[in-house]
Amino acid sequence: MNIAVLIKQVPDTDDVKLDPETGTMIREGSGTIINPLDLNAIEEAVRIKKQLEDDCEITVLTMGPPNAQFALREALALGADKAVLLTDRKFAGADSWSTAKVLAEALKKTRRYDMILAGEKATDGETGQVGPEVAAMLSMPCATYVSEIEHNENTVVVTRTVEDGTEKQRIQFPCLITVLSALNNPSMPTLNGKMNSRRADIITLTSQDLDIKPEELGLKGSPTRVVKVTTPQKTRKTKRFSGSKIEEGILELVEEIKSSVLNQ
Amino acid sequence: MSPSVMVYTEIRNGSIHPVSYELTGKARELADKLNSEVVVVTLFNKLEEKVEEFFSYGADRVIASQDDCFKLFNQEIHTKVMSAMILQEQPQIVLAPATTGGRTVLPAVAGMIHTGLTADCTGLDIEEETGLLLQTRPAIGGNIMATIKTPQHRPQMATVRPKTFKIPEKRNASGVIETFCLNDDMKRTTIEILDYKPLEAGTENIQDKDIIVSGGKGLKRKEGFNLLKQLAGILQGGIGASRPTIEAKWIEYPHQVGLSGKVVSPKLYFAIGISGAVQHIAGMETSEIIVSVNKDPDASIFQVSDYAFCGDLYDIVPKMMEQLKEKIADPVKDKEGESHV
Repeated sequence: MNIAVLIKQVPDTDDVKLDPETGTMIREGSGTIINPLDLNAIEEAVRIKKQLEDDCEITVLTMGPPNAQFALREALALGADKAVLLTDRKFAGADSWSTAKVLAEALKKTRRYDMILAGEKATDGETGQVGPEVAAMLSMPCATYVSEIEHNENTVVVTRTVEDGTEKQRIQFPCLITVLSALNNPSMPTLNGKMNSRRADIITLTSQDLDIKPEELGLKGSPTRVVKVTTPQKTRKTKRFSGSKIEEGILELVEEIKSSVLNQ
Repeated sequence: MSPSVMVYTEIRNGSIHPVSYELTGKARELADKLNSEVVVVTLFNKLEEKVEEFFSYGADRVIASQDDCFKLFNQEIHTKVMSAMILQEQPQIVLAPATTGGRTVLPAVAGMIHTGLTADCTGLDIEEETGLLLQTRPAIGGNIMATIKTPQHRPQMATVRPKTFKIPEKRNASGVIETFCLNDDMKRTTIEILDYKPLEAGTENIQDKDIIVSGGKGLKRKEGFNLLKQLAGILQGGIGASRPTIEAKWIEYPHQVGLSGKVVSPKLYFAIGISGAVQHIAGMETSEIIVSVNKDPDASIFQVSDYAFCGDLYDIVPKMMEQLKEKIADPVKDKEGESHV
């Protein structure tokens, strides 16, 4: 079996503190990590590989700046076999459609995959669109919000966790699956894995290696444009209560709950 | 008349989800600014409500497709039908709910027909000079708001979370339902739907709750959630949780609030023993009233709270419950003659 895992390098939001004045993120000094839900995707690929007694190859792919190789190396340390870095200045500024285009073409170019896994969404963009877009571009079925995967020879049975319940679907290969954190608990890389990944070869592909029209690349090829960015003003006036003031605060809160929430 | 504003509706278990009316109302506003019409698309097997309802919420046209293949959600069929519908109708705008369904079908449609899609919009408007759709969405955990346009590609597509817009006032309107017939190719699928299990009673979707009581690692132990359940019981609220408590297996995943869990926007949100990681805050900061209890005076959660109680939660929460029980009329007791003690 051939599994591809699509990953993204994102800012480490767990490190990030909020500026108490402006309420914005203080990004300085925060590192980058593999998008947390992508770790669940990698973990699942490694789990399936173990079940298949290694009769399985895992390829991780990412689009990003040259330093996104560190995310790929971490994925290799976690058990992926091959890593593909899609990097080119011409990819910069891509929206979800244009990102999906590069990933879809890279998947076509590298090999025939039975299953493509990805995190349900990334913690920075939070669109969750790239997975289903890639699947559509490759004309393959896509299951999203997946919390359980049971693979068979030519099909996979997935459990989708949706708003009001769970859905079980059997899907034929090739397919793309986006996963939730409930799927598994990602492992830490082993020391050996880390050592080996440092020296591992990373396949680098640029726009020249992919069959994409120049007008479909990066910002130029993105159907959407960010035209304005604003920082919302903090509108909440925090009332703080501590020590002997707590009971007073509770009384005030209960009154507000009565009038504005319960309409009593 | 300029090309239409289309709404992809959400039908859940044979019932029209209210977000469908919210989007129909918003589509009406946009269409009025564009001198265009609202086309509502609805795919179902059986329906409790009347499809005609959409006219009273602002639809000019309603296109319905009734088929057994819509009994249980199949994203592949929905994607093909919506793509075909868009190619047939050539709308300039498509709005869809940012639910697990809409967030699966619309990106696939965008990938198929090559157009832009903006996720989780909190604001939608028409730019006067150009007539383009202005799509505003929170980015980077809600710390910035980005306004996004789709200048060249059509349709301009956006998903919107439930409860972002209000359901419009009903008005007197009627119309004829148009039928969309599926061809065999649309029904052909590589996905076999095996089973659908609704959530167990008592574990309703917290996104539908007006009041949510959430707990974090500050509870110190799994049993801490029992206290929160008591508080939630008084207010008929749902139970939420921060990621670390899920990872510690104190409570199940459907309760997780935050970027890797559910994004909620209730009238009242309690963050109890939650320090306020950016991930969590992004999942609840649009709640109307936020109450936090934490022993750390520098906890980030206080910055987004209306009421910030600094102290021991095992002291403060029981005091809150005592006051609530005393001061509010108990809806359950009134209805069923039971008390919550």
